[in-house]
Amino acid sequence: MTTFANALGSAAVLVTVGAVVVLWRHRLRSIVAALAVQGVALAATAALLGVHEHDRGLLVVAGLVLLVKAAVIPGLLARVVAATPGARESDPLVNVPASLVVAGLLTLGAFVAARPIVALVGGPTGKLVPLGLATVLIGFFTMVARRRAMSQVVGLLLVDNGIALVAFLVTSGVPVIVELGSTLDVLFGVVVLRVLLARLSALGFSDLDQLRSLHD
Amino acid sequence: MVYWLFLAPLVAGLVALLTPWRPAVAWLGATSAAVVLVLGVGFAVRIERSGPVGSGVLRVDALAAFLVIVIGSVSLLATVRSVSYLTDEVRTGRSTLRHAALYSTLVQGFIAAMVLAVVANNLGVLWVAIEATTVVTTFLVGHHRTPAALEASWKYIIICSVGIAVAFLGTAVLYLAGVHAHVANPLDFTTLAAHAALLNAPVVRLAFTLLVLGYGTKAGLVPLFSWLPDAHGQAPAPVSALMSGVLLSVALSAILRLRVIAVGALGPTFPRVLLLAIGITTLVVAAAMLLAQRDLKRLLAYSTMEHMGIMTVAAGVGGPLALAGVLLHILGHGLVKGVLFLDAGEVLRLEGTTRIARLGGLLARRPALGAILALGLAGLLGLPPFSIFVSELTMLRAEAGAGLWWVAAIVLGVLAIILAAILAHARTMLLGASETSTSSPASFVAPLGVALGAAVWFGLVAWPLAHLLSLAAGVVA
Repeated sequence: MTTFANALGSAAVLVTVGAVVVLWRHRLRSIVAALAVQGVALAATAALLGVHEHDRGLLVVAGLVLLVKAAVIPGLLARVVAATPGARESDPLVNVPASLVVAGLLTLGAFVAARPIVALVGGPTGKLVPLGLATVLIGFFTMVARRRAMSQVVGLLLVDNGIALVAFLVTSGVPVIVELGSTLDVLFGVVVLRVLLARLSALGFSDLDQLRSLHD
Repeated sequence: MVYWLFLAPLVAGLVALLTPWRPAVAWLGATSAAVVLVLGVGFAVRIERSGPVGSGVLRVDALAAFLVIVIGSVSLLATVRSVSYLTDEVRTGRSTLRHAALYSTLVQGFIAAMVLAVVANNLGVLWVAIEATTVVTTFLVGHHRTPAALEASWKYIIICSVGIAVAFLGTAVLYLAGVHAHVANPLDFTTLAAHAALLNAPVVRLAFTLLVLGYGTKAGLVPLFSWLPDAHGQAPAPVSALMSGVLLSVALSAILRLRVIAVGALGPTFPRVLLLAIGITTLVVAAAMLLAQRDLKRLLAYSTMEHMGIMTVAAGVGGPLALAGVLLHILGHGLVKGVLFLDAGEVLRLEGTTRIARLGGLLARRPALGAILALGLAGLLGLPPFSIFVSELTMLRAEAGAGLWWVAAIVLGVLAIILAAILAHARTMLLGASETSTSSPASFVAPLGVALGAAVWFGLVAWPLAHLLSLAAGVVA
């Protein structure tokens, strides 16, 4: 039981740490790598829960998460990054030290907001729910505090991974079919975003500040 | 049985994907929309006789049948218009054949995803369907591939993905409440609604808030609405017509169904306060943006936000009368807004702009386009005999009847401001002299005229929709 709790806790913490690394690092390559590690940690969470609860469906989901979130999506993003060598988040709207402080505050907020869920779920899994919520909040913050189009995609994926973590922890995953549908939808979404990124860079845009033609 | 609804869009979509594009492909798309409409009517007739069709994941009840009819009608209007739109784009070289084929395929996917969203009886399937509408429409918004169109589609997919992610979190949290209450099938709408009283209240409160914020993003409600004017302004006119006319209402209908569960678990107060707050704020923001608007398509987009706000307020009040008003409003708004976006698209094609200040004298210069714009705006503002007049009156009566006089007063006040704003814009666009006068072909005017006629018809006579409307309102009252 304690081994399970420790392993599960480590995997969940790793998901949140991955989100913090995204805020901390400048180089887009490191950011994509952090996202891949987060995918592995998320798959590990699902696999641990699947083994612990003898749920084969959850093991299938874990495999799918590993494939899509640790390999395919980071792979797609890595190819975009490779097209622009040395690409970095040069001039974030909120600088790194301030971002890390905000991440700390958001994590505290997540612990407060998740109280009704923690109370209902209980046990070692319930205690970890705030970590998923913290990842979601850090993802939102990444989306508003970073300028590069790529960083917004990363922020969105952080939100998504955080939500997946919450879903695994509170319910041992929603039914497999929903999980499949949602993972595939996320994959399609990333493919669409990648195509848009390519079209944007073909027109010479990479910073969202350059996209200012639409307003009232 | 329910699966038949997807057959026509599937066939038309595959044909568009796999064969070289030609006008016949677009006509097939219009036929598919007509089939969806006819099937919707068929389901409605059957449901009126013998109750909901299907069980498990997909289920057509009166509300779903009504919404399928709305989807079918507005899709028919938009796809018929797409035929000449695409033909013209290809002829003038603005679109390649490949882009036209992609457009035709995606529109069919869009229709299928919306139908799936309204017949889904499962929170997970609903979520997948609404997310699918985002993925499918992103490329449609960016169809023109200009920097502005790309910016609009970027904003659209990023903001809506955030919204839909929040909705997934809400779905998982509601599922948690269901699992802990030992509900047999905790993602099933009908089961959850039947056992709502057993659910843990604080958890449902959190879940409902997340779901309203999430699906509200797709419905153009505050706080995440900023994608809406950009996407509607940049998308090809038939796509704007579909998005504004039905997609937003489909997302709103998800909130209507979820409200039933929330009311069952929490009592009426919390859902009412949340929906009133979001609805009124949306209404006020839309009015502010309408006042100073300089572009016709963005004007129409903010007007859609306004109408979503009105409906959210009425949904918050609840009860059969308010919900009947909301549903009639969905139909009337869908038809009129579809017509207006198609008209604005034609204005853009012929005049080269949708800047309100540059359109002066439209009624004299292009009498048909100007007349449709004038009639459409009159319908939108809720002037009789259009059905929006009846539905707005119904919703206001329901608000007053529930003792919420102040709500009715706020809505009426904001509507008066919007009336003045839109009339001023309409004067700028329509009136004025012009040296030339060009008529429009009947093939353009006729479908729009029929749609406006339908919007008037349902304002004057409720037949043949009255029974279906009251059944559908009963589902979510």
